[in-house]
This record gives sequence, C-alpha cells and structure tokens, in this order.
Amino acid sequence: MGCKVLAPMVGKIVKVKVKVGDKVERDQEIFVMESMKLESSVFSPCSGTIKEIKVSEGDRIEEDDLLAIIE
Amino acid sequence: MLHSSLADIISSCGLFSVSFGNALMWIIGGTLIYLAIARKFEPLLLLPIGFGIILANLPFADLMKPGEGLLWRFYHYGIQWEVIPPLIFLGLGALTDFGPLLSRPSLIFLGAGAQVGVYITFFFAKLMGFSLAEAAAIGIIGGADGPTTIYVTSKLAPHLLGSCAVSAYSYMALVPVIQPPVIKLLTTKEERKIVMKKSRKVSRIERILFPLLATLVVVLLFPPSAPLMAMFMLGNLFRESGVVERLSSAAQNELMNIVTIFLGISVGATMNAETFLRPQVLMIFFLGLFAFASSTATGVLVAKIMNLFLKEKINPMIGAAGVSAVPMSARVVHQLGQEENRQNYLLMHAMGPNIAGVIGTIVAAAIFIGVLK
Repeated sequence: MGCKVLAPMVGKIVKVKVKVGDKVERDQEIFVMESMKLESSVFSPCSGTIKEIKVSEGDRIEEDDLLAIIE
Repeated sequence: MLHSSLADIISSCGLFSVSFGNALMWIIGGTLIYLAIARKFEPLLLLPIGFGIILANLPFADLMKPGEGLLWRFYHYGIQWEVIPPLIFLGLGALTDFGPLLSRPSLIFLGAGAQVGVYITFFFAKLMGFSLAEAAAIGIIGGADGPTTIYVTSKLAPHLLGSCAVSAYSYMALVPVIQPPVIKLLTTKEERKIVMKKSRKVSRIERILFPLLATLVVVLLFPPSAPLMAMFMLGNLFRESGVVERLSSAAQNELMNIVTIFLGISVGATMNAETFLRPQVLMIFFLGLFAFASSTATGVLVAKIMNLFLKEKINPMIGAAGVSAVPMSARVVHQLGQEENRQNYLLMHAMGPNIAGVIGTIVAAAIFIGVLK
C-alpha cells in the first residue's frame, strides 16, 4: 500500500501538520495550503506512515507537485 | 446683548438640533463599525461607511452640503462623476487570475446563470412598487459585486445608494451563511460528491490575449459596460503582460486602498436620516437577501442543466460561485465539497464561474443602464 501526496492546486504551503514517521489515516489533514488568497487543507489520500516530506512551510507549489510519500 | 449672543451660540450649536432620526443613524453607523471590527464583516468598506453615516448625521456640520461640504466633494467627484468604481475595477483586474476560466471557457455560462437571479429580483422589486430604475439597482445587489452595485445605483437611483451598497456588502460578508442552505436544497449528496477532472494548463499568450479580446467583445456587444470593463481588463493586462509589475502592484495595492477610503466614506455620507429611515429601506434589505439567494439558486440550476449535455459531469455546486463574491463563494463551494469527500478540491473549479460572474454582473449592469438610462 502507500501513496504519493500531490498538490491539489497551485499555491503556497502554509503549515506542515505531520513529520516523518507519523502514522496518518486517510482524510487526515496533513498540510495547510494557501491558494487564491484562501487557506485550505490538504488531506491524506491514504492511510500509512509518512516516509518523506518534500516541502516546507512557505514553499510555492504547482499543481501535481510531489508533497509527501506515505507508506 | 450678552443674552442674545449666548442664544446665537446655542442655536448654532449642533448639539441641541440632533433629531431622533440622527441618533438612530448614529446607532446604525455604530453597528456597522462594530460588525466591521468585532465580526470582521467586510471591514475595509463597512468601517468607513459606518463612520460616514455618523458624520452625515451631525446637524450644521454640513459635510454633505452641495458645492461646499467635504464629503459631498468626495461623493460628487468620486461617485457621481463615476471615477471611483472603475478605479476599483482597475485594481480588481490586476488582482484577478483568469486562468481557471480560460482553462474551461464553458464555465462562462455559470457566470451568466447566476445573473438570472438579478432579473428575478428586478421583477419582484417592480411588483413591490419600486420604479424600474430603482428595481434595477436593487436587482443588481444579487450580482454580489459592490462596485458594480454602486455604479448602477449612482447612475439609476442615486437616492438608494446607501441602502443598496450596505445591503450588498453586508450580504457579501454573509455569503458563507446564505449560500450553503440554498446549494444543499438544490443538489443531491451524489451531485455534491462529483470530483472534477483537473483543468488544463493555460498558456501565457492566452492570458495576454484574454483582456484584449474580452474588452473588444463585451464592450462592442454591451457599450454601457465600457467604463467598468475597460478598467477591469486594463488592470488584468498590467498583470499578465509581466512587464509593468510596478503599475500592476500600484493598481491592486496603493490605488485600490486610496479609492476604497473615498468610496466607503462617500457611500456612508449619503445615508442621512431623511433619506434612509423609510420603510422601503427594509424592503431593499429583504430583496437584497432574496437576490443573493436566487442568484445562487439559478447558478446551481444552470450547472445542472449543463450536466444534461456534458459527458464529463461538472459538480453543480460550482454554479453557485457564479455570483461575483470573489473568492468567498468559491471557498464556500470548496468547503461543501470537502464535507462530502475530503479528496475533492473544488476551489480552482469554482474560481472559473466566480470570475465569470464578475463579468456577468458588469454585463447585467450594462443592460440595465442601456435600457433604463
């Protein structure tokens, strides 16, 4: 199992809510991002353990950028 | 001698001439200031409007005396001369990313769909005894666009300016309360769950051509839209050209902030006790709410009609974002989508109709002005 977390839309990472090694459930909030001057949440697409986080707070992201890898 | 000059001083002193209506208007102005500060209701506008209301109801201060008063000058040269609303649109153009609309141009229908509520409200207002010009000003509240409402009202029914503007800005702050029940009533759970396909990337050349072509098409079709449309698209050309960063930034920051100050204070200053404290003002607030709700409803319904013909279904909730309350109503749609399915990110899809709605409201306004002026 496992999955990749991709940026759902263009914007900026405001907050990273998890760290490497954390266990996450599907639909758990893992990032807060800002897009079109609005904050919204990025939810985990699957359950597992965070293996890697590719972005940090303040990073600009494009749609489909890899944000994190979950195993 | 001493006696009579003392009497003069007292009679020229405003304090003893405050009417009950003035005091009531102070309370209304104070309420708007309170909502702006404590509840963060559109503070950039409701705060100066609230203070403007208090200032307009100070006896003998004559701030709104034609030809003389300070606030009258702001109002006359800024709003009556139709300078401020187009300048606001210059800033909005520089702020607006038309990408979500360009990537799926058919969404323009949703921006038009939400304007049907404007016309429904127009007919209701006429039935309730308002004149055609007044009914147009009230209907346009449903477009959920402050500067357009002010522009239309100042041209067609200037005596209603304060109530229409305050109604538009208050309900805009209440978009997250007004829209969700209407959207839920008209959509099924299954429809709200629809995940939309990613939209295509928009090239730089499309972004640059859009303001030029949109100006040509819209202004040629609806000439009275020219002042608002011209400034809106000039601002957007500043943004997308990529070579006049300074002008783009000035339009969306400094200039926008400056004209917002004069807009707020002038609109507030038109609200004196004699013109505002009438039963018809309550009707305007009621119709304004009706306008917001019916625009939301017609936007959703047009999206559902489009779905009958589309192979790839759109989430009908994005139709509700066809009112031009940018970006609040896109956000409302996004959140409702995530209530049903957390993996559904509708924000960008809803931004398309949302910005199409701004143009839709300008066109609706141009039609009213063209027909009624």
